[in-house]
Amino acid sequence: MADYAKSLTLNCPAPLPAGERVLLGHGSGGKLSADLIAKVFVQAFHNPVLDRLDDQAIVSVNGTRLAFTTDSFVVKPLFFPGGDIGSLAVHGTVNDLAMGGARPLFLSTAFIIEEGLPLETLRRVVVSLQAAAAAAGIEIVTGDTKVVEQGSGDELFINTTGIGLVPQDLRLSADQARLGDKILLSGPIGDHGIAILAQRAGLEFESTIVSDSASLYPLVKVMLDTGAAIRCMRDPTRGGVSSALNEIAAQSNVGMALDEQQIPIHEEVKGACEMLGLDPLYVANEGKMIAIVEGKHADRLLSAMRSHVLGRDARIIGTVTDQHPRTVVMRTAFGTTRIVDMLSGDQLPRIC
Amino acid sequence: MCLAVPGKVLSAEDVNGSRVARVQFGGITRIVCLDLVPEAEVDDYVLVHVGYAISRIDQKEAEETYEALQTMGKLAEEGLAEEGADEVRR
Amino acid sequence: MKYVDEYRDPAIARALVAEIAHRVTQPWVLMEICGGQTHTLMRYGIDDLLPKGVELVHGPGCPVCVTPLEAIDAALDLASRPDVTFVSYGDMLRVPGSRTDLFHIKAAGGDVRVVYSPMEALKIARSDPGRKVIFFGIGFETTAPAHALAVRQARKEGLQNFFMLVSHVLVPPAIRLLLESPQNRVQGFIAPGHVCTIVGYADYEELCRQYHVPIVIGGFEPTDLLDAIRMLITQLEEGRAQLENQYARALGSAGNRAAQNVVQEVFEVCDRKWRGIGAIPRSGLRLRQEYATFDAEKVFGLEGASVEEPRECISALVLQGLRKPVDCPAFGTTCTPEKPLGAPMVSTEGACAAYHQYRRHTRAS
Repeated sequence: MADYAKSLTLNCPAPLPAGERVLLGHGSGGKLSADLIAKVFVQAFHNPVLDRLDDQAIVSVNGTRLAFTTDSFVVKPLFFPGGDIGSLAVHGTVNDLAMGGARPLFLSTAFIIEEGLPLETLRRVVVSLQAAAAAAGIEIVTGDTKVVEQGSGDELFINTTGIGLVPQDLRLSADQARLGDKILLSGPIGDHGIAILAQRAGLEFESTIVSDSASLYPLVKVMLDTGAAIRCMRDPTRGGVSSALNEIAAQSNVGMALDEQQIPIHEEVKGACEMLGLDPLYVANEGKMIAIVEGKHADRLLSAMRSHVLGRDARIIGTVTDQHPRTVVMRTAFGTTRIVDMLSGDQLPRIC
Repeated sequence: MCLAVPGKVLSAEDVNGSRVARVQFGGITRIVCLDLVPEAEVDDYVLVHVGYAISRIDQKEAEETYEALQTMGKLAEEGLAEEGADEVRR
Repeated sequence: MKYVDEYRDPAIARALVAEIAHRVTQPWVLMEICGGQTHTLMRYGIDDLLPKGVELVHGPGCPVCVTPLEAIDAALDLASRPDVTFVSYGDMLRVPGSRTDLFHIKAAGGDVRVVYSPMEALKIARSDPGRKVIFFGIGFETTAPAHALAVRQARKEGLQNFFMLVSHVLVPPAIRLLLESPQNRVQGFIAPGHVCTIVGYADYEELCRQYHVPIVIGGFEPTDLLDAIRMLITQLEEGRAQLENQYARALGSAGNRAAQNVVQEVFEVCDRKWRGIGAIPRSGLRLRQEYATFDAEKVFGLEGASVEEPRECISALVLQGLRKPVDCPAFGTTCTPEKPLGAPMVSTEGACAAYHQYRRHTRAS
């Protein structure tokens, strides 16, 4: 069972027929996920805050604006180059808060542990989690523990829920992108996803690629301090840059025009993608972010990002347009264009 | 069909009667079976499909063709540059 | 990346396009045979760069698309069995069978695994002798040598629990069928470069001779394809019908003898049904009798049932280049990558999927 658990996570693009089962693709961050969220969750829970479908909920309590978010971590393997499920659990939630402009304050952690997990493994994860929290300046203030029977869980799942403080005057949301806005990317794409894939049974290859898992709040702070009119920020995790941009394009009902030559990618990530037939635009990142900003503030924002270690390779990768609404189109090095489509499920390695 | 990617042979050895190499693709390395291209040597480039080398890149041929294409490319750029200059003059 | 990036050089692409435009004096219809080549053309928008007179139609070179429904259904049957570990390339996981696909089988509890190489399937078999490990051996001539080596290795090691469900197809018979069709409009072909690294020139020289069509063996990067198109246009304008090799850095006339030998040793030619096209005689490969103990079809007693495709799907016509995906009324409406009616919409190499993913905005304008 352990070996099986370590083999490649499969994700499925097939549709959601009535009465059928939940498929792995429903968790991939692509069209199927969006479908499940819309048809099952939003339909049931439906309220103005949820309906915005931002990475975090911004709520007002007695005049104080709080950002509130939750995320679950099911990564396999538990330990990978550049991180582990513990540090990822902190970074993922802290980043979701940061994308709302919120200063992360407190985290809860809930553990679902498969019976039989070595205590040493759990300790390692927890130590790493605390280290990441300390580095991010936040405290784990509450939590929960459940143990499930052997075979019912996959070694370890972690859920973290976070609260942060949002500046009063900040109105970031995925529906705020407008014609003429610029699209900024904080650095090279695909590191996390490829670092994980390199460990997966069935695909193993040697690389020095390290997950980019990191807390982005320090970078966000620098960006907010510029006073630039930022519309929206997103961290492109599952589904990659493509999913993040497509979601914003859909929520804002705008088109996006990207320039392929501006999108940075490490040579090793490129090599792995070439070998497996993957497009880096769909590969997960855990320490990168996208910002949509008013056109005339783009250069100012870019300089600020580049002044910070987390944004040193930042680029302006595109523009928001009124052409082809709700579609992201990319200009290739040849001057031709191609759509950067939202995939249904995750990408699969291919031989064809 | 047939996604095959060129990679550089870093090392090769015999394992259980099979010739096996470490091949590098833009920075990552993978184990590749050389049984279909037994003449491949270290520092050669091979085309790899599903973990097997299927052919050896003829580096000399590649260089010659590439140089010819590059020349074509440069001439075309110059041609365009002249056209552009003509436009400006007009 | 060496031997990759050089062939994505925009200046060279522009020069080749200019050369093509310079030579064209009348309209021509060309076909790129291989799905990987289709993918490149779509992904780089090359149809937008070519002069109006040069039309590209997409051939049946997508083994995922043409794997017969019966083989998919056999795979699904095997993958559902509790004692089976079904191992496949990623490409096949989404392909719809008559009722379901491998993903749904997995969701229902089937042990389905994706690998990059058959070497990994052998590893799985070695590490778990209690499971029956069945590998889905699909593909064209390019992949057959790797599969032959894998089966031979399994025999050498005396593995009792490794099997292959074989559904290999051969390219030339499909091209022949196309050329024999009275509706054929294709005047020149880009032959599949990686298939030819294995088989060499012989099959394609024969096609040139018999049908008086120019054929250029092409690579897979954008300037490879533009160069191959340039060579084809030059031949057509000059009235020649020869075999030329654009992909000379990767192959020579003989192809790969070692690969051909191992394929001959393990496989034999057989009749094969192509999904969306129908049965083509002597267009497939199956395991030889000596390897019967590794043949999943024989060992698991799979009956060949005959299955019909949904009527709306015009994949037969698309695969033969007689229709473009955008000509299909179902394209992008009732047939999308999420709800595919036929295989060319599922495989990333399929013409329909490639169009839909990369280029559907051009249809709108």
